Amino acid sequence: MKFGIVLFPGTNRDGDAWDAVTGPLGATAVRLWHKDHDLQGADVVILPGGFSYGDYLRAGAIARFSPIMQEVAAFARSGGPVIGICNGFQILCEAHLLPGALLRNASLQFRSMPVTLRVENAATRFTNQYRAGQLLRVPIAHGDGRFAIDPDGLRALEDAGQVVFRYTDRHGVPTEGANPNGSLDNIAGIINATGNVMGLMPHPENAIDPMLGSTDGLGIFTSLLAHVGA
Amino acid sequence: MGATPRPGDPAITPALVADHGLTPDEYDRLVTMLGRTPTLTEVGIISALWSEHCSYKHSRPILRTLPTKAPHVLQGPGENAGVISIGDGLAVAFKIESHNHPSAVEPYQGAATGVGGILRDVFTMGARPIALLNSLRFGSLESPRVRWLVAGVVKGIGDYGNCVGIPTVAGEVVFDPSYEGNPLVNAMCVGLLKESDLIRAKAQGVGNPVIAVGARTGRDGIHGAAFASEDLTEASEAKRPQVQVGDPFTEKLLLEASLELITSGHIVAIQDMGAAGLTSSSAEMAERGDVGVTIDTTKVPVREPGMTPYEILLSESQERMLVVARRGHEDAVRAILEKWDLVAEVIGEVIAEPVYRVTEGSHVVAEFPGSRLVTDCPVYHPEAREGDEVRALRARDVHAIPERPEEADPFWTLTELLSSPTIASKTWIHRQYDSTVRGQTVVGPGHGDAAVVRIPGTTKAIALKTDCNGRYVYLEPRTGGRIAVAEAARNVACTGARPMAITNCLNFGNPKRPEIFFQFREAVGGMGDACTALGTPVTGGNVSFYNESPGRAVFPTPTIGMVGLIDHVEQCVGGAFTTAGDAIVLLGEPTDELGASEYLSRIHGVTAGAPPRCDLERERLLVDVLLSAIGAGLVRSAHDCSDGGLAVALAESAMMNADAPHGFTVDLSSFHLPTRALLFGEAQGRVVVSTPDPQAILQVAAQRGLPATLLGTVGAPGAEAVIQVGGARHVTPIARLATAFHDSIPNLMARVAVSSDDAATAGSAH
Repeated sequence: MKFGIVLFPGTNRDGDAWDAVTGPLGATAVRLWHKDHDLQGADVVILPGGFSYGDYLRAGAIARFSPIMQEVAAFARSGGPVIGICNGFQILCEAHLLPGALLRNASLQFRSMPVTLRVENAATRFTNQYRAGQLLRVPIAHGDGRFAIDPDGLRALEDAGQVVFRYTDRHGVPTEGANPNGSLDNIAGIINATGNVMGLMPHPENAIDPMLGSTDGLGIFTSLLAHVGA
Repeated sequence: MGATPRPGDPAITPALVADHGLTPDEYDRLVTMLGRTPTLTEVGIISALWSEHCSYKHSRPILRTLPTKAPHVLQGPGENAGVISIGDGLAVAFKIESHNHPSAVEPYQGAATGVGGILRDVFTMGARPIALLNSLRFGSLESPRVRWLVAGVVKGIGDYGNCVGIPTVAGEVVFDPSYEGNPLVNAMCVGLLKESDLIRAKAQGVGNPVIAVGARTGRDGIHGAAFASEDLTEASEAKRPQVQVGDPFTEKLLLEASLELITSGHIVAIQDMGAAGLTSSSAEMAERGDVGVTIDTTKVPVREPGMTPYEILLSESQERMLVVARRGHEDAVRAILEKWDLVAEVIGEVIAEPVYRVTEGSHVVAEFPGSRLVTDCPVYHPEAREGDEVRALRARDVHAIPERPEEADPFWTLTELLSSPTIASKTWIHRQYDSTVRGQTVVGPGHGDAAVVRIPGTTKAIALKTDCNGRYVYLEPRTGGRIAVAEAARNVACTGARPMAITNCLNFGNPKRPEIFFQFREAVGGMGDACTALGTPVTGGNVSFYNESPGRAVFPTPTIGMVGLIDHVEQCVGGAFTTAGDAIVLLGEPTDELGASEYLSRIHGVTAGAPPRCDLERERLLVDVLLSAIGAGLVRSAHDCSDGGLAVALAESAMMNADAPHGFTVDLSSFHLPTRALLFGEAQGRVVVSTPDPQAILQVAAQRGLPATLLGTVGAPGAEAVIQVGGARHVTPIARLATAFHDSIPNLMARVAVSSDDAATAGSAH
């Protein structure tokens, strides 16, 4: 299985994503340069974290116009799996491949800390190795992670099971105190209606190694392998 | 021939010379060197190169006394950063630098560009930055202006490092009124490189082109180096335009482009255009290579038309590099920069003629013989004499200070100390720094005595820490300098790392005052003693004088940035108790010392007494015992006793894991010492460890002749803290201590002014 990891100017967690898929998973990976129009035969596209184009204008706002994103959008529309992590999630929203938007954290400060996530939907190709309701320990590192969407859009997401991860306390309760950025309904990650594009603010690629405190993020990548193998 | 003035240049008058910070003697030296009256451009160049910040003219003779050599040191002082080998053909480059004055007047940009500058110092050595640290000093958090500074500095550090994608893994923050008008912002960067990729900033090869790469040059930061070389005054606010503006996005591109350039083989030298910009980078590269250089300012890519050579040479616009390429490889260099959407323009060349020449088109506007503009800089040997005030403070009998009635409950005192912002949890600060990016941070901020960062592809890791207790240095500079190094070594050893080498950032007041120069000379001497004893040479650093605001100098603060090496990363340990039932052992022994302590400062408002003694042989022994015990797998946590003494160290180990603070029970009856010295004195050379096998650790210590004592046991999460001392048993819920420790800074920072004007207004209202 081949992962394509998109490299925009200002992307900085490309190496982390690379290590996550090539290390414990043993998958192959290629870097996809933003000026190119070639997905190099990738089976899965990852939009990694960072500050593409300096997050100038708005996080993700400029990246959506880059050449590679034309290809990523076409790939996604034809059913190809795409995962956007942190800045990648912001780009997917800006590119309208996912609904909603990511605003400045309610605290107006950057937040770097481990959080607890509850798996809301374990029936996706990104989460089939988790149990519904399973609690994960995964770090966040962002300044613009407050998920927002209009009430109708929110209802549609919830009704269709498109909310994939929610911030909770250590007992699995989505409290205000457990919400690190003020996201609507503690939403940390969502999936599109056709189930092939997922975005999340936390960093599963930084939770793949017991020495760094957690391996809970691995499930996302092993889920993709299991889905393709199935 | 020589240079001639540009049309419209002002006449060179004594007033103009003084405005450039040059003394009459220094000006005479310049005239003698040139054999004629200098041009305005030449006066500008010399004012930058001979500023304290660039020239080290007051510090060089003292700095030469520091030990700088060891077999593992690949690059000592004198380059953009020091470099040490860590084996396997790998090396780490590291350096610490101050950005104090910019941060005092414009905290956000001042701190951000401090991070940017230190990153460039490291990647110009061919190293990929892998970690950032910062050492911060502020006045009291009770002051609205200080809270504004803290908020701005922290956001500036975070926004820059987070965007470039380098984890901020450790640091320290100390609050004391001495830093009220002049905060200290010291940033450290550590990078990883293959030994074979090491590159130096040495211009070579006659005919090779000199190329400006990165951002365009604007009018920002002109005279920044000179601004850093004078006392802060009430007029300093007006110098805000001298503070540069950072762009971390461009920095990230420049980082990638520079590393690609270095490994491409197309270039022979590269240097950051930092303080004094194009002037110092070009002059220093030529001096190191012992070659001539000529630069045409009309070729420099600028942001706005009409910039004079003077402005182009002295601009401190950020995110720029100066490169010497191989002749004929110009297009290849340009292609790499274009890939990263950056510009590269040939602006000059290396020449055989021993001269440093600047032209504006064909008009020579500055010309110096050889590299004398660097080498002819004056060196001063100021008078050093200890101040009477300090001598009197040190002599004060602090044991005679009566206890406050509340101190009958040692947990009252402990709670007060844990809520002291210097000791309290810094989570409010470091949660704004991305500490996990790059995926190698094994021990991040707030989880151990030093950060631990893995070296991919090996079993190794490096341990990193900054340290300095300015109060100690103030009260007895030599001891304070020794302790700064010893504590940093102890901290990295607590994670299981062998201390390897240091970088230092020497923050002092005005060196022309004898009592300040005394502090400097003695502190550097103490630092040298400790570096020699502990085998940790100095590989570089930075001197920041003139840290004064009207009325007073800051505490002398020679910050140490220590790098340690762990051979087997899986053996490294953190600072938090992990397991109920583990034994708690003290390595080293308490004394009756109380001087210069956080206890005296926080509980009694007193800065007095002598700092604790520092026995360097004992410190070396302690490091050995720690490494043996950790290597043998005997240690579950290790945390040194520093600010607030033994009681604070125990409480911190108990509460460091905020999710599950452990209780603890200790019996200190075997120590026959005054209770407050035993609990809160800051005797050096001590570490609290937790272990499943206390007898084995006591034996390791005994074999090496290090005193060690079994103190008690780690309790369950959420249990009580119990201390048996002075014939009484004191008990409190660990939650009480945790609240004091974790809530103090968030509560103080809850009200932050949005501008310096608001802060000033708020200040007058309170």
